[in-house]
Amino acid sequence: MTLARLAPPLTIGILILPLVFGLVGTVLPAFGYLPALGGTTVTTTHFAELFAMPAIWRSAWLSLFVGLATTAISLGIVMLFVAGWSQTRVFQRVQHLLSPLLAIPHAAAAFGLAFLIAPSGYLIRLAAPVFGIDRPPDLLIINDPLGLTMMAGLIVKEIPFLFLVTLAALPQLPHRPTMQLTSAMGYGRVAGFAYALAPRVYRQIRFAVYAVIAYATSVVDVAIILGPNLPPTLPVRLLRWMNDPDLSVRFLASAGAVLQLSVTIAALALWWLLERFVAAVVTAACDGGLRFRRDRIVRILSLTATAIAGLLVFAGVALLALWSVSAFWQFPDLWPQALSLSTWQSALPRILDPLATTLLAGLASTLIALLLTIGCLEREIETGKTGGSRALLAIYMPLMVPQIAFVFGLQVLFVASGTDQRFAALVFVHLIFVLPYVFLSLSDPWRALDRRYDRVAAGLGRSRLVTLVSIRLPMLARAIATAAAVGFAVSVGQYLPTVLIGEGRLTTITTEAVALASGGNRRIIGVYAFLQTLLPFLAFAIASLVPALLFRGRRSMRV
Amino acid sequence: MTQPERAGLSLRDIAIRLDGRLLIALDAHVAPGETLTVMGPSGSGKSTLLAYIGGFLDPIFDAQGQVLVDGVDLTALPADARHAGILFQDPLLFPHMSVASNIAFALPPDVKGRANRRAIAEKALAEVDLAGFGPRDPDTLSGGQKARVALQRVLLSRPRLLLLDEPFAKLDMSLRAQTRRLVFDQARAAKLPVILVTHDAADAEAAGGAVFEMNGAP
Repeated sequence: MTLARLAPPLTIGILILPLVFGLVGTVLPAFGYLPALGGTTVTTTHFAELFAMPAIWRSAWLSLFVGLATTAISLGIVMLFVAGWSQTRVFQRVQHLLSPLLAIPHAAAAFGLAFLIAPSGYLIRLAAPVFGIDRPPDLLIINDPLGLTMMAGLIVKEIPFLFLVTLAALPQLPHRPTMQLTSAMGYGRVAGFAYALAPRVYRQIRFAVYAVIAYATSVVDVAIILGPNLPPTLPVRLLRWMNDPDLSVRFLASAGAVLQLSVTIAALALWWLLERFVAAVVTAACDGGLRFRRDRIVRILSLTATAIAGLLVFAGVALLALWSVSAFWQFPDLWPQALSLSTWQSALPRILDPLATTLLAGLASTLIALLLTIGCLEREIETGKTGGSRALLAIYMPLMVPQIAFVFGLQVLFVASGTDQRFAALVFVHLIFVLPYVFLSLSDPWRALDRRYDRVAAGLGRSRLVTLVSIRLPMLARAIATAAAVGFAVSVGQYLPTVLIGEGRLTTITTEAVALASGGNRRIIGVYAFLQTLLPFLAFAIASLVPALLFRGRRSMRV
Repeated sequence: MTQPERAGLSLRDIAIRLDGRLLIALDAHVAPGETLTVMGPSGSGKSTLLAYIGGFLDPIFDAQGQVLVDGVDLTALPADARHAGILFQDPLLFPHMSVASNIAFALPPDVKGRANRRAIAEKALAEVDLAGFGPRDPDTLSGGQKARVALQRVLLSRPRLLLLDEPFAKLDMSLRAQTRRLVFDQARAAKLPVILVTHDAADAEAAGGAVFEMNGAP
């Protein structure tokens, strides 16, 4: 299996090299160096220009605030919920509710939330008869200047993410005995979890938490849909400069991307301080022997928050679907006057191209990611060594650096290279973000498969390749299909890399949907955003059906 | 080939260490059809010896010594070229294949033709009172039936030797004696040298060969 030997260096290369080259491609122009655009002297004038932009610091502060608050609130809710409810039936139900939410793209969830909480949205319609409201109130809910709605849109999506990451970490700890031990000593559930398990859980999920910080400080699509306008958050302003037809504005954009990188690094540093502070408080409470036995209120609040987050996303998606087929829908009616497929029909001709790009880019990047991941994991088996925590860091690296800070550099390099292989470049940037998720989702089941099956096959005289193809891959078919669906969903959801590399010449359902945000036509937004949700769901449906059909006569291949 | 030709399995000056600590030291010969039983408490490194002979020893161990079968040195060969058939505590039938496919998977590639391979598999099943079980889902078989399928699977792969890693430990008493007899009869009939690892004295007695006692790990 010489091919497997190539997989680890290739994978590390794909994870790290674009990051390095992208950052170089961002930082050099920020200091004036970009020969393709006539910049040959090193200068700081572009930073001076950047800091002279109106309200630039407010934009930067907004990004910092939204990023930190989103992460703190999401993680707090998830930890309290897991502490208060794990190993109960309620917990299992919520788990079933939250798992599918991971597949919903951020932009679709944001649109759904907007349809719910806008002044003319569904929640106000529900309240209208009670309060006698007959027209949409004049409130700035969407695009509020503090970014609170944007935070809400991020939180409802980060809760399922952090929840599932935590769920994956729990089985590696002596969860049940520890909880029994602490409750036998008279500690409340939340306190017992916080003292005995949370430090170990956090150690395992911390890279995912840092990824959330990096994402939330630099997110563009959710900010365009729900975020403030005057001024917008920093990444939204950056994207405008990056797309400016006047190419000289790219120097300014590069300087801005460096500022964005600093904002994210500052957020991570502040988070590090927050980690120390929370650890100190928990340790003090633990050393003081505080039992917190009456934690009912905390438990109920955490359950309520988690459930509301889940329900908001589901209701939002349902509203997207309903709007996409509504003919005429007046305020404050709760149901459209008539249903019609005319929006879908008129949108269809324009959807086909972006849809094809979405599907092809998703399938290609997922397939490459799967091959590389399987190669790496196979190599692990051959050498008997895992990459350890350094490999895990490499895997999370593209997720912990703001996309906008290095994908912009890649775009600069792409343009400078003069190549016209735009689709290949698009697949490649998607791969950078698909690969970590595919690897993270496949590595645990791969490592968990009983190694003795491989030994039996080797003893029967079968080569590694035959063993891989006829034993491992079929036995792991379900896990592989799920990893593929995760990868596809990640690719479908990519907004910024698609906009930067596609440059309007290659568009996907996601970029088209976000482009509709300012128009405010709910029917057409409904079509695109619902389609955006539908694609990952179809992928997950196929991922669960195909293995079930393939192995329908095999009892122990069922879940 | 400088080794003198000697039929059976030769284990020459085998020494396996972990972090410099000697786990196993063994020098033995097992004639075709005979069994060497390695006994010792769990954790004493019995299975490590099997891993070394089978060619899948974890690289954290430091191992020396030669493994020869009928004068052929296996030590440098990869696991899949050694033809060291192995039976574990669990039958480890491949769950996604039918019972017959499990057995057919073991047939060497020089046995040609799908129908032919299938017929050989069915015949092997009939030999252990499992005629007609070919199309079944392995998961629907009883523990004793699975053990017999696993045995036929390993025998049909034409192994040079047989490694048994406590293969009877999970069977209940009545089945154990019966399965034990079947395994040793078949191995004797096929003239295979056998290494049996166990902590059950009754296994050693049934095997009837030499016994190597290991000390518990300190």
